[in-house]
Amino acid sequence: MTDMMDRPDVPENGHVGDRQPISTSSEWTFDLIRKYDDEIAKCAAEFGLDTYPNQIEVISAEQMMDAYSSVGMPVGYHHWSFGKQFLSTSKGYQRGQMGLAYEIVINSNPCIAYLMEENTLPMQALVIAHACYGHNSFFKGNYLFRTWTDASAIIDYLVFARHYVAECEERHGVDAVEQILDSCHALMNYGVDRYKRPAPISAVEEQRRQQEREEYQQRRINDLWRTIPRLDDDEDPVKRQRRFPEEPQENILYFIEKNAPLLETWQREIVRIVRKLGQYFYPQRQTQVMNEGWATFWHYTLTHKMYEKGLVNDGFMLEFLQSHTAVVYQPPFNSPWYSGLNPYTLGFSIFMDLRRICENPTDEDREWFPDIAGTDWLETLHFAMKNFKDESFIQQFLSPKVMRDMKLFAIQNDDQEDVYRVTAIHDDPGYRILREKLARQYNLSYREPNIQVWNVNVRGDRSLTLRHIPVDRVPLGDETEEVLRHVHRLWGFDVHLESVDEGTMVEEYHCPPRELEED
Amino acid sequence: MGMTHVVDRRLNGKNKSAVNRERFLRRYRHHIKKAVADAVQRRSITDIERGENVSIPTRDIEEPIFHHGQGGRREVVHPGNQEFVAGDTIPKPPGGGGGGQGQGKASPDGEGMDEFAFQITQEEFLDFLFDDLELPNLARKKLKDTDAFKYVRSGFTTQGVPAKLDVVRSLRGAHARRLGLGGARKKKIRELEEQLADLKSAPEDLDPAFSHEDQIQVLEEEIARLKANVRRIPFIDEIDLRYRQHRKHPQPATSAVMFCLMDVSGSMTQMHKDIAKRFFILLYLFLKKNYKKIDVVFIRHHTSAKEVDEEEFFYSRETGGTIVSSALKLMKKIVESRYPPSEWNIYAAQASDGDNWNDDSPVCSKILADSILPLVQYYAYIEITPQDHQMLWYEYEKIMERFPQSFAMQQIADPGEIYPVFRQLFERKAA
Repeated sequence: MTDMMDRPDVPENGHVGDRQPISTSSEWTFDLIRKYDDEIAKCAAEFGLDTYPNQIEVISAEQMMDAYSSVGMPVGYHHWSFGKQFLSTSKGYQRGQMGLAYEIVINSNPCIAYLMEENTLPMQALVIAHACYGHNSFFKGNYLFRTWTDASAIIDYLVFARHYVAECEERHGVDAVEQILDSCHALMNYGVDRYKRPAPISAVEEQRRQQEREEYQQRRINDLWRTIPRLDDDEDPVKRQRRFPEEPQENILYFIEKNAPLLETWQREIVRIVRKLGQYFYPQRQTQVMNEGWATFWHYTLTHKMYEKGLVNDGFMLEFLQSHTAVVYQPPFNSPWYSGLNPYTLGFSIFMDLRRICENPTDEDREWFPDIAGTDWLETLHFAMKNFKDESFIQQFLSPKVMRDMKLFAIQNDDQEDVYRVTAIHDDPGYRILREKLARQYNLSYREPNIQVWNVNVRGDRSLTLRHIPVDRVPLGDETEEVLRHVHRLWGFDVHLESVDEGTMVEEYHCPPRELEED
Repeated sequence: MGMTHVVDRRLNGKNKSAVNRERFLRRYRHHIKKAVADAVQRRSITDIERGENVSIPTRDIEEPIFHHGQGGRREVVHPGNQEFVAGDTIPKPPGGGGGGQGQGKASPDGEGMDEFAFQITQEEFLDFLFDDLELPNLARKKLKDTDAFKYVRSGFTTQGVPAKLDVVRSLRGAHARRLGLGGARKKKIRELEEQLADLKSAPEDLDPAFSHEDQIQVLEEEIARLKANVRRIPFIDEIDLRYRQHRKHPQPATSAVMFCLMDVSGSMTQMHKDIAKRFFILLYLFLKKNYKKIDVVFIRHHTSAKEVDEEEFFYSRETGGTIVSSALKLMKKIVESRYPPSEWNIYAAQASDGDNWNDDSPVCSKILADSILPLVQYYAYIEITPQDHQMLWYEYEKIMERFPQSFAMQQIADPGEIYPVFRQLFERKAA
C-alpha cells in the first residue's frame, strides 16, 4: 500500500495512465455504479468467477424492510407472519436499534441484488463485489444449489405460488388458507428430501402439472385408503404387520401432501408450495458459513485488485476496510455482544487461509493438507466452493492456524453433570476434535431434531406416528405440542410423536392430548 | 462483461408489505382491541387522535417449529479462548440454565422476549376503537338519503334536450366542420378567380383561335360549381350540436349535528365532567368517521340552560340546583331554528349525575317523548354516579321502553367503564 500513500489525489487531467481512480467522491450515481460494476466484473473474470447475469436494483430503506419481511423473496404470497416480520423490522429500524443490511441477494437467474440507496459509493462497490460476484458465483457453482434449486425458474414459481394462494383465498376464504399456511410453515424445515434430487421447479410446468394433479391426486389417495377397512382377508399376521410407509420418511410435508386422507386438492397444492419453498431455502441453510465466507473473500480480494489497478484511492480503501472489519468482527465468547460464531468471520478466515496454504504453505500445512499445500489457489478455492456444504467444508478445510487465530475451544454441557467441561482447545491434541465438533455443529440434522414419519395406522384409527431420534439425549423443545397441533390439522386424524432413544421410548406427545387414564 | 442490468426501483411502490401487515393486525385483532380500549382510558382527551403502541405476548404470536429443548449432552465450539485448557471444568450457575448454550430463542432486537411491540396508526386506532360499533338508525337514514341527488357537470354529449344545448360549443364545432369541408374548395375558388382576373385583364388576342372566351367560360363554370358546393355545406349541422351533460350523484347524508347536554350543577365534580367529556369525545370521533361535516352544540345547564363553547362547557363551574328540562327545551329550540331534521342527522348525548328537581323529571320525559325523540337519530343518556338512581333515571327507563330504537341509557361509575358502556350503547344491532 505504501506506493499509493504519497499519491492520495487523482491527477486532474488523468495523464498518469495506470493510476486513475474511477471516482473520488463518496456520492454514488447510476453511472458510477455501472462503471464500478464494469471494473469489478473485469477483475472477477480475471479470477475466473462464473456468475449468472446480474440485475442490480437500487431500493429505499422502506423497500429494504419489505424485502426483509418476505425473507428475501421478491414476490411472495400474503401471510400474517410476513407482516409480523415487517412490523418488527420497521420498529427496530425506526428506533435505531438495528441497521438494515447493505444488500439482499436472490438466488435467481438473472441474479437480483438489492442495494440500499443510503449506501455510500464505496459501500455500493463493496456490496456489488460481495453479492453480484461473490454470492452470485456461489449460487451458480455450489453443488447444493445446483442440485436443489433452479435459479432460472424461481421467480416464475413464486409468481405462480402467489397467484395460486390468492385464488384459494378468494375461493375458500382468507382464514382457511391462513390455517393451512400456518401449519405448513411449522413443518417447512421438514419438507425436503435430503438424499433424492428433486425435480427442478418451473412455473409453466408447475401450472400444467397442477391441473393434472388435481384430477388424479384425489383418486390416488382414495385408492390408498380404500384398501383399508377390509379386515377379512387380513388374518395373515405378517401382512397385518406391514407398515405404511414401509421406510421412515424424512420429508414430512411430502408425505402429508401425498397421503393425508382429508386434505382437499387445493390444500395439497398449498402444502406443495410451502414444501417447494423449503426446498429452495434448503441449500442456504446448509451453506451459510461457506456462502458468506466466499462472498466476503471475494469482496476483499476484488477490492484489493481494484486498488492494485489504481481504480480506487486510499479514501475508498479506508472506508472499505472499516466496513469489512465490522463485517468480519468476531466478539469473544465472554463479550456482551457475543452471539455465537460469526459465519462471515469463520468462512472468510477459512478461505483466506486456504489461499495462504496454497501460496505459502508451512510444514504444518503440508502435514495437514498434503493435497492442497502449494497447489494453484484459485483452482483449490473453486473446488472447495463447488463441492462442499458447511459441515464437510469445515471438516475438510478448517486449519489449525484458523483455530489458533480464532482461539476456538469446545465446551460440553451435560445435564447429568454439574460442571461444564472444556473438551478441546486450539492445541495439538485438540485440533482434530475441535474440527469434528465444529463440523457437526453445522450438520442440519444435529441442529434440528431428527423427526420422521414412522407409521400410519391404516387399518385402525388412521393415526399418524412420527418418530424422533434424539442425539446425545437432547429432548424436543417446548413448542413440540404446538407443532403437533399443526400436523394434526393437516393429517386430520390423531397424531403421535415418539422420542425413541436406542430402542427406548423416552418421551411421547399426542394430539389431541391423551387422557390420563388411558394405557 | 457488460451483463449487468442496473435498475432504479426506488420509485416503485414501497408498501409491498401493506397486505401482510393488515393480515397481521387482522389475526391479532383481539389483542389490539384490548390495547386500544386500555389506551382510551389512559389517554388524555386532546390526544385521542393518534396511533398507539400495542404489545402482544410473544407466546401468542410465535410460529412454532420443532427445535431442541434444554437438556441432554451438548457441545458447542466458541471463539476467544483465553485461559482454558482441555479438561478444565467450570461450575454451572445455580438453577441449571444459562451458560450461553445458544439454544432456545434469542430475542432478535435484545428487547424483552415476552412482548412483541409495534405501532398502529391513528387510522387503525380509530378503526379498532369503533370496530363492531354502528350508529343506530344509520342504515335507515342512509336509505332515506339516497333519494337526495345532486347533478354535477360531466362534460358534453351529442344528444340531449334543447334546454341543455351549449351554443358556443356547437357553433365552434360547426365552424370547424365548415373549415374542414369548405377550406380546400374556397382556396381553389380563390385560385380560379385570380386566373380569371388575369385572363380578363389580358389584352384580347386578335386571332379568334387564341381567344380567352372559352377559357373564361370554363373557369366561370368551375367557379360557379365550386361555389354551389360550398353553399351546400350547412352552416350548422346536427353533428355539430353539443349538449351539456349532467350526471346524478347520490348525495349521501354527510352532515350530522351532535348535541352534548351536561349538568354542571354543584353536584357534578370535575371527575364527573371528565368522564362525560371522554364519552362525548368518543361519540364525536365516531360521528366523524361516518359523516363529512359535524356540528357540535354544547348545552350546559343547572337550573337554566345555556348554549356555550367547548371550553366553557367542560371547565367552568356553577353552583345551584338542577332542572334538566331547561336543557331539553333549549335543544328543541336550537333544532327548530338551525338544524332541520330533513337535512341533518341529529344525535344527542346527555350526561348527568342523576340529580334533578323531582317535579321536573316527568316534564323531561314528556319533552323527550313528544318533541325530541321524533327528531333525532339517537339519544344516549349516561348517568355518572356510583349511587342509587333518582327520579330522572326511572322516568327515562319508561322512555327507553317506548323508544328502544332511538333511546339508550347506561350508568357509569368510573372511567374504566366509559368505553364498554359506549360500545354497549352503540353496539351493532342485529338487523
